[in-house]
Amino acid sequence: MSSSELQSLYQQVILDHSKHPHGKGALSGDTAASSCQINPTCGDEITLELHPGADGTFDRVSWDGSGCAISQASASLLAGLAEDWTPAVLRERIGQFREALRSRGAIEIDEELFEDAAALGGVSRYTARVKCAMLAWVAAEDALTRLDA
Amino acid sequence: MTSSTASNSPAPAPAAGHASAAPPAALPLTDAGVARIRADFPALAREVNGHPLAYLDSGATAQRPLAVLDAERDFLLSSNAAVHRGAHLMAAEATELFEEARETVARFVGADPDEIVWTSNATEAINLVAYGISNASLGRGGAAAEGFRLGPGDEIVSTEAEHHANLVPWQELAARTGATLRIIPVDDDGVLDLDHLDEIVTERTKLLAFAHVSNVTGAIAPVATLVARARQVGALVVLDACQSVPHASVDLHALDVDFAAFSGHKMLGPTGVGVLYGKQELLDALPPFLTGGSMITTVTLEASEYLPAPQRFEAGTQKVSQSIALAAAVDYLTAVGMDRVAAHEAALGQRLAAGLAAIPGVRLLGPAAGIPRVGLASFDVAGVHSHDVGQFLDDLGVAVRVGHHCAQPLHRRLGVTSSTRASSYLYTTDAEVDRALDAVAKTVAFFGGPEGSAA
Repeated sequence: MSSSELQSLYQQVILDHSKHPHGKGALSGDTAASSCQINPTCGDEITLELHPGADGTFDRVSWDGSGCAISQASASLLAGLAEDWTPAVLRERIGQFREALRSRGAIEIDEELFEDAAALGGVSRYTARVKCAMLAWVAAEDALTRLDA
Repeated sequence: MTSSTASNSPAPAPAAGHASAAPPAALPLTDAGVARIRADFPALAREVNGHPLAYLDSGATAQRPLAVLDAERDFLLSSNAAVHRGAHLMAAEATELFEEARETVARFVGADPDEIVWTSNATEAINLVAYGISNASLGRGGAAAEGFRLGPGDEIVSTEAEHHANLVPWQELAARTGATLRIIPVDDDGVLDLDHLDEIVTERTKLLAFAHVSNVTGAIAPVATLVARARQVGALVVLDACQSVPHASVDLHALDVDFAAFSGHKMLGPTGVGVLYGKQELLDALPPFLTGGSMITTVTLEASEYLPAPQRFEAGTQKVSQSIALAAAVDYLTAVGMDRVAAHEAALGQRLAAGLAAIPGVRLLGPAAGIPRVGLASFDVAGVHSHDVGQFLDDLGVAVRVGHHCAQPLHRRLGVTSSTRASSYLYTTDAEVDRALDAVAKTVAFFGGPEGSAA
């Protein structure tokens, strides 16, 4: 019924995460490392909080907001992954993720590093949707700068 | 409320004096007639993602017929020159064609040629009025412009249903002048709620701005009611006609609005050209917005005097080929007949509305099926974001608009952050509407129906 390109954009893991998102709705407001990002073309909005833990990674990455399946799944996948990352690793992964998404399909997302989030690689062929997938990651990038401050 | 906005009226009477979704007397377009029209639009014949294109985004921008492309090219091939200057033949030809284009557009909307100002787009047209009033409020324009002056205690009224282009300029004008912006609300269907009109539009109201047709709901505003109230209190009326002039016969003199704005690219014309209509005496009194060359009579190093309208609002190099092409678009529409265009689109709008309302999980925004609307419909799919809906439809070759359609307040009032909009034109077929409806039903199935979040 739908094309293989569309199936690759909306892989089951993406649909699942968009319907049952990880880390959504538990904003506590008690961390400086928080950022709200808006996609002005569609009004989509994500607020994301980084809660640093004692072991150098994050105790919790929580977010809330509304948006399309791509932006919601991307935020959910990021929240799950980033909890095991240090701020330095998170910063590096955001850069790698952005590079792959902006590559128009030329660079695949490394499954070793990004696990299920590699499914978001299909977005890179849809240039108009890259900003949807990036929304939570840009929020995390901005939140990191506040963590450093 | 008037008949055209009564959301529970099953068979509303046509509202007199403005664009109406009620069937005009003219014969509607036949399938063969639409097929002949489509042959004039090569873009409609392309494929998208392996499917024939179903272009249902004419409310955003219309496709252009060969006659419009040819008119612009012919002008550039033979008579391209700057207008209102130069003594050579091509300059004279260009000026003549440019002014003839103004006459053509004026006739199309029931106006006089000197009441038509070329702008870059409808947004600039509305800003021209806002900044002209702003300049008058600073004392520019002398005694003639006193009637435009705004200050603390004065009120500007817009509505909750507006495109940002007919809201943000008034917010800014209010902020610059100290005037207060007041808003006519909409009801749960997104249709203007005029129950408290007399309390919102009062003796303090100096300007009332509203859209003739909503770009989100397709609802038709009761222009006569709103203009009558504005006249009672002496307020100016600014009409956003972007979604009415391209789709129905509109007579601006008969509507008795003071200003109106519409854009070329939504009516088969080029981008980069829009139109401001203003009553002659008002345009002649309004201080200019953009200043510089071509709009002056005498200039000294200290001060300048300005031409009458429309030239006083047309500073700098003009949109000559675009204006000429827009006139060709008007000629094309006139040849088809605007009453036939309106009847065709009213039927398409009802087909869309009824079809969408019948799909489980789909919420039609705006007037219910059966209530007058133009040939567009916006909708929300429970649990599926409009961008995902639009992506899925595009995969099936159906081009629609997604997002907030530059109307965030209206979407907020309707309880959604965004919506999907299908919009038609004279070249749209029943089959395309049916393909869109089928694709929407498939979208609901693909994304698993309303179990997800309603974000």
